Amino acid sequence: MSVVTNTTTIGAIDAPSRRNTELVLVVFAVAISVFAYANVGLALNGELPAGMLGYGAGLALLGGVAHLVVRRFAKYADPLLLPLATLLNGLGLALIWRLDQSERLLALKSFAPAASKQLIFSAMGVALFVGVLILLKDHRILQRYTYISMVVALILLILPMFFPAQFGAKIWITIPGIGSIQPGEFAKIVIAIFFSGYLMVKRDALALASRRFMGMYLPRGRDLGPILVIWAMSILILVFETDLGTSLLFFGMFVVMLYVATERTSWIVFGLTMSAVGAVGVASFEPHVQDRVTAWLDPFAGWGTHAASEQMAQVLMAFGSGGTLGTGLGQGNSDLILFAANTDFILATVGEELGLAGVMAFLLLYGLIVERGVRTALAARDPFGKLLAIGLSGAFAIQVFVVAGGVMGLIPLTGMTMPFLAAGGSSVIANWALIGILIRISDTARRPAPAPAPSTDAEMTQVVRP
Amino acid sequence: MNKPLRRVALFCGLLMFALLLRDNWIQYVRADDLTSREENRRIRIERYAHERGDIIVDGKAVTGSVETDNSDFRYKRVWKNGPLWAPVTGYSSQAFDSSQLENLEDGILTGNDDQLFFNRTLSMFTGDKKQGGNVVTTLNGDAQKAAFKGLGQKKGAVVALDPKTGAVLALASTPSYDPSVFAGNSDKDSEARQKLLEDKDKPMLNRALRETYPPGSTFKVVTAAAALENGLYDDIDAKTESPLPWTLPQSTTPLSNEGDIPCENASLREALRWSCNTVFGKMSDDLGNKKMIEQTDKFGFNKEVFTPVRADASIYPEDNRPQNAMAGIGQASNRTTPLQMAMVASAIANDGKLMQPYMVAERQAPNLDPVYTHEPEELGRAVSGENAQKLQQMMETVVKDGTGTNARIPGVTVGGKTGTAQHGLNNSEKPYAWFISYAKTDNGSPVAVAVVVEDGNANRDDISGGGLAAPIARDVMKAVIDSKK
Repeated sequence: MSVVTNTTTIGAIDAPSRRNTELVLVVFAVAISVFAYANVGLALNGELPAGMLGYGAGLALLGGVAHLVVRRFAKYADPLLLPLATLLNGLGLALIWRLDQSERLLALKSFAPAASKQLIFSAMGVALFVGVLILLKDHRILQRYTYISMVVALILLILPMFFPAQFGAKIWITIPGIGSIQPGEFAKIVIAIFFSGYLMVKRDALALASRRFMGMYLPRGRDLGPILVIWAMSILILVFETDLGTSLLFFGMFVVMLYVATERTSWIVFGLTMSAVGAVGVASFEPHVQDRVTAWLDPFAGWGTHAASEQMAQVLMAFGSGGTLGTGLGQGNSDLILFAANTDFILATVGEELGLAGVMAFLLLYGLIVERGVRTALAARDPFGKLLAIGLSGAFAIQVFVVAGGVMGLIPLTGMTMPFLAAGGSSVIANWALIGILIRISDTARRPAPAPAPSTDAEMTQVVRP
Repeated sequence: MNKPLRRVALFCGLLMFALLLRDNWIQYVRADDLTSREENRRIRIERYAHERGDIIVDGKAVTGSVETDNSDFRYKRVWKNGPLWAPVTGYSSQAFDSSQLENLEDGILTGNDDQLFFNRTLSMFTGDKKQGGNVVTTLNGDAQKAAFKGLGQKKGAVVALDPKTGAVLALASTPSYDPSVFAGNSDKDSEARQKLLEDKDKPMLNRALRETYPPGSTFKVVTAAAALENGLYDDIDAKTESPLPWTLPQSTTPLSNEGDIPCENASLREALRWSCNTVFGKMSDDLGNKKMIEQTDKFGFNKEVFTPVRADASIYPEDNRPQNAMAGIGQASNRTTPLQMAMVASAIANDGKLMQPYMVAERQAPNLDPVYTHEPEELGRAVSGENAQKLQQMMETVVKDGTGTNARIPGVTVGGKTGTAQHGLNNSEKPYAWFISYAKTDNGSPVAVAVVVEDGNANRDDISGGGLAAPIARDVMKAVIDSKK
């Protein structure tokens, strides 16, 4: 930095680390969450919830530990990412706890209270976050594991095929006695590492060797290989695991990263064409996907006859009934959605109880995380870091879009969960890891360059004061 | 690499913008539509979330609202004496919607009606719990009880009106039902309702408003009114041109009278006193179908009546001469509701003016302030004042020393007309016993009644308007007069 000059007597002014900003924001995030939790208790039972202290202390502990670790191991990291994740996670816990109180949901066989479990999952997520920051001193180390990542990602994606389908999708692996894991959430991160490493090496070949056709640079046939493989894999996931969301997520992430790596618009055109072909092709014979499309086109047409439509109609009515300001936490009837009310459809509870204002606030929180991720990519100095950051934040954005868009009826519904908000261990743990990696990259990106070695000339002209 | 990064950032921004736009679409633009959809259970949850207002008779609530342990629908409707008031209030069930007053006045009872807007806004600031308003009815508890007591185990209906205003004083239909048994949302409620629906006596049918009967001889009053109005006869004590026996026009069937009664060329007064079929049959034939229909129109026939609860239209048929002659004595396909015959009696008692029947006197906000008060409304003139007087004299003779002596009340002038309506193929089924009447005191007429008893259990020969129906009418009229003292 230019501040550090040869006038060493003034002393070096350190680059701002923004850690205190982060601390204030984390405290704020915890306070808002505790307020929401109290709000739920007051609305439902007319008194402050008994678990409020424990909940508040737990959340404050998680935020506090995460902050201290960032302060110690990633001093220059982006100050917004951690508070945003803490806030979303905290509000998610309050929402899950609110739905735990619903008599309608408790009457369901498939429903079990999830708040305390979710707090444990959050703790595991923060532990993984801490692990990432302590063990991963520099994100470039991940570059070494490019091909291992590929293998791990493939295994994670293929594993669920061998486990029975749950709720119409094979996205779970069930470990007896422990529970089920959704490996897709973790694969999202691992595959981003693989793409970054692979594209960093191949980007020149992919970008330069091309033919010009109708104003577009078309890649050579053999360079189409990787995108075809990823496309085929996405289609296979869609067909065998009937998981529209994950399939869309991987393909979208790959196209975004390919475009960033090569700066070739033609990849986007290719990507969009291929996903359109794939989606239409699969939708034409896969009943699970057809169900979702029917429900999307006219949810009310299938009232009473078509379960997927009816659920979608319930979700839309929850949003609509919330109106501009919502009913207030704990005072809505979003539990009428019944199945998956606290996982895939948790945004509908936000919609009904916090209204349009609340949903927009949540969307902006997600948007802010994406924005910080993209900014990290812009600021990163190495191509691998840039690619990884844009891959992760792009995946995050696509996931939010696919889930929120699906729940709000903008696009057909897919079985994915709102990051940090929805009940479910895999999602919250994986997303904490994702935030950890972004924080690590941003720390490297924002870290001031090492001061240049003191010039010998400066030494010579130093004024020695008495 | 930064150029594509910026574009990707823009793309992510577009995704978020699309979500925000969509959110505004469903939560703002389409919010009302989605909120008010019939599939939206929240409407019903909200509906039962607080105490429902009451329906009030004689200053006391006949309904109530109790908290249930149902998590969806918290409050449920109860009736203090369900069978007594079901013909008036209808039902209000969490599972099966509502009917009659409970349905029509739902906005007031739930507190959602626009008439309560000011009230609601006020309580929003004062923080009062949302409450429903009350509906004050015109009914007279004593008259209603007398009606049910009189009908007892028999099937039938009673309607009592205040001739001066059109206020409904009694509205009974037997067998009745207790709407409390299916007011909830459980399987038990479903079963109870199913049982009521399958009951062959149709307890949920409101016979006073929704069942039409052949009016029998009570209709002769209308035929007499038509004769007087159209100038066919002027003097009720002058002889009419009524041969005996009299054969139905265009046929060889003679029209018979009940027994050997003095009907040949009987005056209007005597013909009504003895209930001469031949006299009124011929009278209807002399007037013709068109004039008969015109007169029934003036009494309110041939269209639905809203009290505000809908009553079926009573129909005087458009038909050929023999049928028209039969319809003139309340047979053939002449069909009326008990309410309609009460309207006939009340129009005559009110010197010819027919008033709109109504049951809701007042709607009250939750704080008991009236937000609506009914003003009596004239439907039109059924007969001239002069002719109404003549008809009154004829009907009073019937009660004084005719077929309706059972309706006499000491110290009160009563006018009435009996009827025993044949029905079924070749009149094979047990006839309906009818009685319509009014009472008159020094201040005009306080009550007009129509009673119909369709008793399948009684001995056929015992069924007559004078025997079965008149005592019920008498008790109802007496209850009204006594309650005004």
